[in-house]
Formats: sequence, C-alpha cells, structure tokens
Amino acid sequence: MAGRSNDPFFWGLFSAGGVVAAFLIPAHLLLFAFAFPLGWLDAPSYARLLELVRTPWARLYLFALCSLPLFHWAHRFRFTLYDGLQIKHLNEVIFAFCYGGALAGTATAAYLLWSI
Amino acid sequence: MPSPYTEFHPRWYRARVSTWWWLGRWPYLRFILRELTSLAVAYFVGLTLFQLHALSQGPAAYGRFQETLRLPWMLALHFVALLFVLYHTITWFNLAPKAMAVRLGGRRVPDLLVAAPNYVLWLAASAGLAWLLLRG
Repeated sequence: MAGRSNDPFFWGLFSAGGVVAAFLIPAHLLLFAFAFPLGWLDAPSYARLLELVRTPWARLYLFALCSLPLFHWAHRFRFTLYDGLQIKHLNEVIFAFCYGGALAGTATAAYLLWSI
Repeated sequence: MPSPYTEFHPRWYRARVSTWWWLGRWPYLRFILRELTSLAVAYFVGLTLFQLHALSQGPAAYGRFQETLRLPWMLALHFVALLFVLYHTITWFNLAPKAMAVRLGGRRVPDLLVAAPNYVLWLAASAGLAWLLLRG
C-alpha cells in the first residue's frame, strides 16, 4: 500500500471526542434541557451566563466541548453508514459529509466564541 | 455487480447481506444503537451552537431560546437524546477494562474496579459544572 494512512489521526480525534462527550455532555443536557427549562433548578441569569461564557477558560472549554465531539461523531457515523447500511461505495461522499460537517461546526464554534 | 465466469476465476459466491442485518439479534442491535449515539452527540453540539448564538444576540433572543426548550416535543426529543448520550457514556467507560488489563500482584483487577474511576470522575465533573452554573 502506498502512502501512510491517516487513520491514527482520525482515530485520535474520535477517541478524544468520545472522552469529552462521555464525561461532559450528560450533565450539560440534563441541566440545560431539563433542570433549567422545567424549573427543577434556578437557571443562571442571562447576564451571569454571558459573563461566564466570556471568560477565557470558558471559551476554551466550550470550544473543546463543541469541536472534539463533532470529530467523534464524524468517525463513528461514517462507519455506521459503512457497516450498518453497507454503502461503502459512497466512501468519498460520506467522508466529505462527515468531516466537512465537523469542520464547519468547529469553525462556527470558533466564530461564535470569538465574537460573543 | 455480476462477475463474468472464467476458467480460472469462477464467479464469486457472495450471499447478499440484508441492509437490516442488525435487526435480527439483540447484540447486533445493541452495536448499532451504540454507534447511533454519535447522532445524539452531534445534536447536542448543534443545540449548544444555537444556544451560544442566542446568547450573543441579547436577552430577548436568549429568552426565546429558553422558551423553545420548554416545548413538549423539544422535551421529548431531548429525553431521547439524553438516553442515547448516557448509553454512550456507559459503553465508553466500560471499554476501559477491555482496552487495558490491569494486574496487581499477579492477579487481574476486576473489570468493575477498572471502570469505576471513570464513574467517580464523571460525577465529580458533573457536580463541578452544576456548581459553576448555580452559584450566585
């Protein structure tokens, strides 16, 4: 086989995103999609949340929280389509869709967190 | 596609596997469900990007975002997303003992003990996030 495979690189992103998603997403979803909207807990005020998001650490944290799980999705969903639906012949299209989506999401996150 | 028959290379015999092969058995279905958790993960990121956008547009826009989250179909969608995300977390943590066999004093540490630190760290991280958002 000619050339070096990019797989370890993509697998590394998949793995890092999997860790971030596993540790952080359940709490985020539970708080912002249930506890605050349903009034189980007092939601932070708009001003407080904005102040928090504007700190450098929160920006970095939120960037990692958005970007890495998207690359996790890209890798896993790509192979779900290959194995589950057996559409390996659409290899290039699926690859472009998955990683293009992850890159677009990462760029959006960077823009939003930079300009907020 | 059908391959032509030649003397030295007979036609391939390949049984066609159904697109729905994973529906037949529980372990296969579990595998596909685990793989599909990535959709809930991607959805969460999309939701967070919408939230950041609303936050950047001012209090009125953020208020509308919060109203949307109270719609019954949104709550139902998020309930399904939460189940999938939790399934990702649990399957991910339980991979730790399979990825590395920890030995102490010549004996293999039970899987449960290898996975346990993940759960402790998970609870600590979740509590830390809640504390940060709820204080003052």
